[in-house]
Amino acid sequence: MDIRVQSARFDFGAEAGTFAAGHTDAGAVVTFTGIVRRDGGLARMEIEHYPGMTERALEKIAAEAMARFALADCMIVHRHGPMEPGEMIMMVATAARHRADAFAAAEFLMDYLKSRAPFWKKEYDADGAAWVAARDEDEQALGRWSGG
Amino acid sequence: MIDILYFAWVRERIGLPKERVETSAATVAELVEELKAREDRYAAAFADLSALRVAVDQELADFDAPLAGVREIAFFPPMTGG
Repeated sequence: MDIRVQSARFDFGAEAGTFAAGHTDAGAVVTFTGIVRRDGGLARMEIEHYPGMTERALEKIAAEAMARFALADCMIVHRHGPMEPGEMIMMVATAARHRADAFAAAEFLMDYLKSRAPFWKKEYDADGAAWVAARDEDEQALGRWSGG
Repeated sequence: MIDILYFAWVRERIGLPKERVETSAATVAELVEELKAREDRYAAAFADLSALRVAVDQELADFDAPLAGVREIAFFPPMTGG
């Protein structure tokens, strides 16, 4: 498990390549990356986080994914600080023997990251700034993993 | 003494990221009542608890969580990671 919380940009291709190359026992690697969208005249985004709790929350989410799915490994990189449209915000990667576990674990990680990891997005446009509101859909998405 | 941290719009509304307070509150909810009684900016920030989340010693918790032995409480809006 590789968990990183950082303000610096990351090289998605290099990260994915290194992760995949490090797991010769796994037949399947799935990656997801989130990018700052340029919609509604967004000029930039700023992500605040809770140092200490963020790392703990991500480690807990990753450990849960490892326990729930037949994973060889997983990784999470999540940035904080200022970002411009087109920049990568975060990535997850999962490695498993077969693709079903790798895909499902990546979705699980994303669902939990959205509403259980202490990050808050603030969007800036020509009119000013606004905190991004949590979406009900994101909270509801967690429901599909409960009781399993 | 207990450290209280505020994030996102809660931090902006209260006007500071962190403070240390002396409290006799037994639960998070009681601490919130003490803070609300202090000043309008606290009352405004804590007006709607359903819009807030709380972490006790860096773990998500409920507002009825006990404060005995707790070192750090954080208040923030629902998280928007990913």
